[in-house]
Amino acid sequence: MSGPELDKNPGEQGTPLLELSGLRVFYGAIEALKGIDLTVGRGEAVALLGANGAGKSTTLKTVSGMLAPRHGEVRLHGERIDGIASHELVRFGLGHVPEGRRVFARMTVLENLNMGAYRFRRPDPDDLDRVFGLFPRLAERRKQIAGTLSGGEQQMLAIGRALMGKPELLLLDEPSMGLAPLIVEQIFDILREVNEQGTTLLLVEQNASEALQLANRGYVLETGEVVMSGPADTLLADPRIRAAYLGEHVEVD
Amino acid sequence: MSFHDFWDVLVLGAVLGSLYAVIAIGYTLVYGVLQLLNFAHSEVFMVGGFGGVIALTIFVPATDPSGLQSIAYVAVGMLFGAVLGGTVAFFLEKVAYRPLRRRGAPRLVFLITAIGASFFLYNLVGKLFGRNPMPMPSMYENKTVVTIFGSTISVTQALILGSAVVMLVAVDYVVNRTKLGSGIRAVAQDPEVASLMGVNIDKVVSRTFVLGGLMGGVAGFLFGTTNQVFYTMGFLPGITAFAAAVLGGIGNVRGAMLGGLTLGVVEAFTVEVWGDAWRYVGAFAVLVLVLMFRPTGILGERVARTA
Repeated sequence: MSGPELDKNPGEQGTPLLELSGLRVFYGAIEALKGIDLTVGRGEAVALLGANGAGKSTTLKTVSGMLAPRHGEVRLHGERIDGIASHELVRFGLGHVPEGRRVFARMTVLENLNMGAYRFRRPDPDDLDRVFGLFPRLAERRKQIAGTLSGGEQQMLAIGRALMGKPELLLLDEPSMGLAPLIVEQIFDILREVNEQGTTLLLVEQNASEALQLANRGYVLETGEVVMSGPADTLLADPRIRAAYLGEHVEVD
Repeated sequence: MSFHDFWDVLVLGAVLGSLYAVIAIGYTLVYGVLQLLNFAHSEVFMVGGFGGVIALTIFVPATDPSGLQSIAYVAVGMLFGAVLGGTVAFFLEKVAYRPLRRRGAPRLVFLITAIGASFFLYNLVGKLFGRNPMPMPSMYENKTVVTIFGSTISVTQALILGSAVVMLVAVDYVVNRTKLGSGIRAVAQDPEVASLMGVNIDKVVSRTFVLGGLMGGVAGFLFGTTNQVFYTMGFLPGITAFAAAVLGGIGNVRGAMLGGLTLGVVEAFTVEVWGDAWRYVGAFAVLVLVLMFRPTGILGERVARTA
């Protein structure tokens, strides 16, 4: 991957992995996303912050085809993917760890992981080794019924399951929800490792401090609009963010 | 009741119950993926019976067949039962239920559609093939194959029991060990997440109907081997098999098997002890009793679907 090779494809470097432009999504008459513009570059980790109902999950669901935008575009590798059914999007290298983990409760850990590789003829043993390397706890419990796992273990399983599909872009919806601080830290350490191994992350989080420590950049959503964006450390230092999402008492205005 | 009679009745019940089990699988699989009580499944069973009889009426010569010929005829009957059952189930899903799913219709609409489809199908068959029973052509001499504890098992009984067991083992394998099976189970547990994993829900639902239809169709043919087929023959076995699926825990494949066998055996003993007029009373009393104490059925479990 030297200079000349890049020169042959001058536009390539400029194309973000994921690009949302003018995205407007409705639930019936209610406009949940009022024109979102957002990009995620290859190899980046990007955080989406905001209060409940700001449109964070809606944004992720629109990217993974669970919701259809009324206006605007979703592009992956520069190709339009809005309107494509979610079961087909997996082939485009998209992984989605849904809110609330939603592991298949009556399947074993191993069966859940194999479900993540459903798009392949059979699961890749190297991917399984990788997931078990990241989450040794899952390897120990591979025969256990997923519904009997703890919340933290279920979150690990949900992430591992998504990784089994070899995603280039991994969407994560509130991976810290309802988990003890120690477990949250473990999970974010692993996400950092996943990101360093080359998987791009787009992360929705209420836990702004953990999210911004992991992410390169962040966007702040409020009632369906991007109200702020920038490098993670800038956001982390911003007094409004500190007041709104990190529970600090700061004089604003 | 002597020991001898006991075995006779048990064999009778097991034969009947294995048929109920095979039909019940069709109800329970569809319920699993769609939470739909597919009352038209009894008509899939009926059509399978007609498929077998009509194919055999065309193929079987007047002379009594034996040996390899008999095996070939049974195979033809099963094949046509399966193909017709599978085809009707396939189109039932495509024509009657898929448009409702597309529009997000409420559950009650599905139920009424199922009942309507059932009426439509059996009246159509009655119109096309007449409302009088059609006799099953003789495919073999129905002699005794084995005697266990002094009870005889006939060719027909062995045929039904044997093919039912093969089908039950096969469907258990498909559901638990194959890719289609993991798709079926994933859709049953969380369709939205299943599609995030790359499962094409429409395809899985369609194949689930076909799987249940193939088995229901063969069961219809097997049921026909005991005497004849007629356009309303699906109703009682269908309702009983549906009860069997509920008894075992609807949505649970092994539960449907257990429920079917239980109701078959209970029915046989009820008839033996109290007479034919009580035939369905015993089985449904058992259903009511079990559900009073285990509302989710014998093997059923209520696992809350997370939001």
